[in-house]
This record gives sequence, structure tokens and C-alpha cells, in this order.
Amino acid sequence: MKSYSIYISGVGGQGIIKTSTVMGEAAMKTELPVVMSEVHGMAQRGGSVSTELKIGDNYSPIIELGSADLLISFEPVEALRAVPKISNESFVILNTNPIYPFNLSESGVTYPDVEEVLIELDKKASKIYALDADKIARESGHPLSMNMVMLGAAAAVEGFPIEKETIINSMKANLPEKSLEINLKAFNTGFSFVESSNNS
Amino acid sequence: MNIKEVLTAKENQKLFLLGNEAAVRGALEAGVGLASTYPGTPSSEIGDVFSKLAEDAGIYFEFSTNEKVALEVAASAAASGVRSFTFMKHVGVNVASDSLMSAVYTGVEAGMVILSADDPSMFSSQNEQDNRHYARLANMPMVEPSSPEEIQKLMGYSFELSEQFKLPVLMRTTTRVSHMRGVVETGKVEPGATKGFFKRDPQRFVPVPATAMIMHKNLVQKMEELRKLSNSSELNKIYRRNGKVGIVTSGGAFNYVMDAVHENDLNVDVLKVTLTHPFPDELLLEFINDLDAVVVVEEVDPIMEREVLSILGRNGIDMVVHGKLDHTMPMIYEYTPNIILGMLETVLNQEFPQQNVSISSIPIPERPPTLCPGCPHRSVYYSVKNAVKSLGLTDVIYPTDIGCYTLGITSPYDAADYLLSMGSSIGTSCGFSKATNQSVVCFIGDSTFFHAGIPPLINAVHNKDRFVLVILDNRTTAMTGGQPHPGLPVDGMGWEAPEISIDAIVEAAGVKFVRKINPMNIKKSNETLIEALEFDGVSVVISQHPCMLTKGSRSKKVQLEVNQEKCDDCLICLEKLACTAIYKDDKSKVRIDPKLCNGCNVCVQVCPERAIRVKK
Repeated sequence: MKSYSIYISGVGGQGIIKTSTVMGEAAMKTELPVVMSEVHGMAQRGGSVSTELKIGDNYSPIIELGSADLLISFEPVEALRAVPKISNESFVILNTNPIYPFNLSESGVTYPDVEEVLIELDKKASKIYALDADKIARESGHPLSMNMVMLGAAAAVEGFPIEKETIINSMKANLPEKSLEINLKAFNTGFSFVESSNNS
Repeated sequence: MNIKEVLTAKENQKLFLLGNEAAVRGALEAGVGLASTYPGTPSSEIGDVFSKLAEDAGIYFEFSTNEKVALEVAASAAASGVRSFTFMKHVGVNVASDSLMSAVYTGVEAGMVILSADDPSMFSSQNEQDNRHYARLANMPMVEPSSPEEIQKLMGYSFELSEQFKLPVLMRTTTRVSHMRGVVETGKVEPGATKGFFKRDPQRFVPVPATAMIMHKNLVQKMEELRKLSNSSELNKIYRRNGKVGIVTSGGAFNYVMDAVHENDLNVDVLKVTLTHPFPDELLLEFINDLDAVVVVEEVDPIMEREVLSILGRNGIDMVVHGKLDHTMPMIYEYTPNIILGMLETVLNQEFPQQNVSISSIPIPERPPTLCPGCPHRSVYYSVKNAVKSLGLTDVIYPTDIGCYTLGITSPYDAADYLLSMGSSIGTSCGFSKATNQSVVCFIGDSTFFHAGIPPLINAVHNKDRFVLVILDNRTTAMTGGQPHPGLPVDGMGWEAPEISIDAIVEAAGVKFVRKINPMNIKKSNETLIEALEFDGVSVVISQHPCMLTKGSRSKKVQLEVNQEKCDDCLICLEKLACTAIYKDDKSKVRIDPKLCNGCNVCVQVCPERAIRVKK
């Protein structure tokens, strides 16, 4: 099969590794070859975090520059940081809710407007799905279900190689039972968002 | 996946495992009876998983006080006939190395595997030393897996090899392999013996000059036999693609090479070396037979490259060898797929279809890691700085140590001036105390104190040094994910354990000034630190407050807010305390982010206008 590469970026504590693991296990259950790379350790203390996932016949999980099929960014400037990984054929899912770096005031760099980020991404990628995933998560019942909003959105993107139902089964195997209902609601809302954007 | 499945999954199942999880599964399948470690990234998750599974698996696991002890625990278990596994980050092997150098002389009875998790590009380390040198320094066989699946499979192989040669085996991983996740097909978990019998044999187990002379001779003979094995081992494999250029590679770098070769359909031969020490010299000669040039692709140091050059030299073969030494490959940091592609384009003089790579035209603010909101370390740094200021001290030296608190290197704390290794805060303070007239305040964490802080503290008292030691006791090994240490009432098995008192150790070391503070109480902390700074000798302040990431330590019920009527924009909370939950909004008003605030109450105490209050 043609390899499919997913780059996920965000901030430590946003549930990025869990999201990626759910995806990877779902791929495995579908008998798709899959490899993934995670960042642990120092990077978790509020720093930038990313994971890389390659589905298909690959040895390495590290995505070559300019070749990610899908960028899932949990945070606006983290999407900009990931730009070298994408090309004008990539799809991007963006959570529009910013997390300001703690040292912003002394860094000499201003945090860009989300509108600016979207314009920039539009120049770099094929299609952007921008949503306030934190808001959807709160409306689904818990702010921590934000990562499942993003996962649901990814599952609806054209060309995404894993079936929705397989991902849901993988969620069941990986998430606490008591929060499953909220997580499923978050997932489905994210899914519908991309689906309806495609239909409109 | 529930993490327990690393143990409970039956044979022939597929699991999506992290390299570190695969190491545990592999060890369980190999019948490991004892495992030991001191936590360190990128190896930490191995211990975390053992800690959760060991009791159910019926084996023994411990978080040892340091890597040297961990290695000694494993070595004596293996000498008693119990298969043992010890694992650590690369710099941990430095700590263990004193005993490691002898463990290869004495050898083992049951298999013993030592895993060194190296950290090229230093994701969470003070250096990127290449621990493949240790295999050469110690004279021990070494394997280098490229994936979680290989880690699992090589675990069983390594135990067998270790028993066959009665030598410990080094397994060297890198961050990208330890933290790679991939599909692993399970084998059968074998219940390992947890009790053996130590058969007394001083000729074999006690290296004194007379016996060590013989041991070293035997060791060299074993390595010669291992060299033959390395040449015939299936672990070292040639992939032929009728090329004139061949690549010799190992570990994580192998993955990049294979992807580049396949994606671009290149006629390049590849020699994957997995049993990398002793290096398979005859296999290399076979590999290069029809080649015009060889490229060595390895992380980090040019170790195999020098092996290749020496084999060619010894055999009088004139062939181009590309690698780090001729600057074809970068000398430092981890490799990436694009570095490999760039190298292949140069060496093959060929252009591949590559994507256009662009960068953001908008400047991107950095997002460095930082102390968590409500972190007790921040409060200590704030108080130390104030105490130093109120005494009018200048040019104070702040030796620091390894842990979250090393993040005190950032402004406004600027509380990290000198760092070498675990425990070095205290040892280097001894030197600063002798070699300068500056005041010295050093910081060490609780776990690090147990690990390597006690001998230098004794040194300081005995040699009459003068400095302040602040022990940051947050009741966990925080940086690596919250493992227990000897100061806690629980051990690596999850069993109840005697708590070792830091105060009692400090007092027993002869320290005359020992005080305990709650760092969240700013006024009292400040007073105590002033006293400590004025004390003529070694003064120790134990700052005790649980890590905010520990369950139950957040007072989330309390929500703090800034009373805008009282706030006069002095910015002490924002610029001096610099809690990450405090920010300026777009109207330049100081605010507290309710999502981040842990309700620690420290900002309430530092505000001179009493403008921060509990939200009603």
C-alpha cells in the first residue's frame, strides 16, 4: 500500500501520545503495518510535543520533511512549527485555541493572531479544517476530551486509512470506561465537523 | 491496551508496544527473575512497566538507589543463577561502570542483560555520549536493536548468549528506538527462577591481582570466540541490491537507510549489524567484495567506521569509506531521514524526487519546558533569591543537579550556575568553597540526594566547607515520571517499605545546621534561608512539599484571581515569581489562568498589595 504519514503536534499534557496510540492500535487491528515515534521526558513539562505515525511498509516512524499526509495540530503555533513536515498536498486539522508560552513577554516574539496562522497554513497546505476543539470538548462533557475531538476530525478526512468503527473500538480498549461516553461524543462531534465541511 | 497486557497477552498476539514496553515483554518471555534500575529517560518506562507487573509476574523488581547498585544487584543475582536485567540511561552506565568493568571479569552464571538507553540529540540529557564505547572498554558483547520488535526478540537471544559465554550482554538503544512504537508478536512468557544458589568460588568471583590476571586472559579468549560468532550470526545480515555502493549501519539509523533505499529504489547494498561488538570483520570483507565504496551510517561516534577502516587497512584493501571522519555524515546529533537522503544523493551523485520544504514565514515563539504551576521548586528559588538580596550578597554561585529543578536555569530564577552529573551540586560546592570567597547555594533533589549526594556531603563536613545545601524534597523522582525512592514508604514492587529519613542522614553526616521548611510558606522560608546563609559551615535546608504532579497534591478547589482594583501593576508575581498560570491579558492586566492555577497560594503571599485572593 501507499504509505500514509500523520504528524501530530501540540503542547505537553494535551493527550497527544494517547491519541496517537489509539490510532496506531486501530491500524494494527486492521492488519496495516504501523510505526510511531513519541517524545517523552523533558519535553513534557509544558514544552512542545509531537508524535509521528506512519501507516504502510516503513522501517522508520520519522516522517521526511515535506511529506506528511496529515497534520493534526492541537495548538495554533505548534502547527506553524510543524510546517516543514507538510507540503501543499497535506491536509491540516487545527485546534484554534491558543496556549501562550510562559516566556512570551520576554521572548521578543509576539503570539500571532489565529487568523494569521490560518492564512499562513493555507499557503502551505492543501486543505485546513479549523475548529475550536477545546470548546467542543467542554460541550461534550469534559475539557480533557479535546484530543478525541481531534481524533474524530482526523477519521473523517479524505484518504485517512483507518475505518471509523475500528478507531472507536480502539478507543474502547484504551480509554477509561467511565469517560467513554463523553469521549465518544467528542469524537463524533469532531468527525461530523470535518464531514459537514467536506459536504458544504 | 491496558499496560498489564505486556504480561498477560498470550502467545502469538499482536501488541502495539513502545520499545521500552517491548523490552519488558522480551525479558518476561526470556524468564527474567530479577530486574533493577535507577530511572532515567529514555529508559524510564521499562521500570514503570516492571513496577506495575512484577508482582503478578512473580518476579522481583527494584528501583535501586543508583545505577551502580542496580548493576550490582543484577550481577550478584546472575552469579547466583537468576536471570537478571538491569537498565539505565546512557549516563547511568557511567555511575555503574566501576562495577561493570569487574562484572565482565567475574562473569555470570545465569544470563545478565544490561540495557543502555542512549540519547542522541539530548532530548533529556546532559550529554550524548555513545555507550557503544563501553562494550569495547569492558570487553563485552553488544547488540543494537532497530525496533520494538527487535528489542523483544533480542532480549531472549541476549540471555542465551550471556549464558553461553558466561558474560553480561550490553543492549544499546537510542531514544528513537526506546520511544518508537511498533507491532510486536508475542512469544510465551516463561516464569523465571527468582531464587538461585550462590556457589562459592573465589577464583572466579573475587578479582584480586592474582585472579584478575587469569580472568582478563579468559575474557580476551571469550571475545575472540565471540568475534567468530559475530561473523556467522544471523543477526548480522546483508541485503543485496546489486549495488556498487554499500552501507554498513546499525540501530535506529538502519531504519532511515532502508526507507531511503526502498522509496527511491536504489541499487545500494546494506549490511545491518545487530551483534555489533565484536564487529564481524570477515562478514564485512564478504560484504565489500564487489563494492566500489562503503558508507558507514551510525549514531553518534564513528565507531564502526573505525572498525571498517582498520579491517580494510589490515587486509590491504584500497576502498573509499564515507562516514563521519570524511565529513560525509554529521559528527554529532541524531540522524534524520533527510540527512540520509542528502548523503545518498552526494555519494551516488544522483537526485531524488524530494518534496519542497518550506518554513513558517510568521516568527514562531519558542515553547521551552518549564516548572509546573504551583511547583514547590519555584517558591524555593523565589525565597533563595530574596534571602540573598536582603543580605546584600553578590556573585553567589548556584551549583545545581539533575532533575526538574535544573529548569531553574531560566530567568528570573537564574539558579543554575554549574552542573556536571548526578550529585555534582554538592561535590562542586566543596570545590567552590575552597577555591573562591563567593557564597555558594546548591540545590539537589531528594532522589538525587539518595543517588549520589551523601558521599559529597560527608566530604563537605569533614573538610570544613562553607555553603548552603538546599535539598528539594518533593517526595518523588519527578522528572522521570514520578518513581518512588528510598525516602518513601513504598518500593518498586508497590510494597510497603521503610522510609529513609533525609534529615537523619544529614545529621549523621555531622551537619550542625539542619532546618526543614515548607517552601509554600514564603515568609518562614525566607527567614530560615537567611539564617542558613549566615551560618559558618555547611548548612542544610530541607525544603519539603510534594510535587504538584503527585496525585492529591493540587488544591484545585481553591481558585485564585487578581483583584484589579488593588493591583498596581508592580509585576512581582509575573516577573519575579513567574508562575506560568499568571499572565498579562490583551489590556495589559495581570490575570490568573484558572485552567493552569493549582491554588498553591504562593502568589497571594508575594503580592505586596494583597491583590490576589480566592475567587468566590
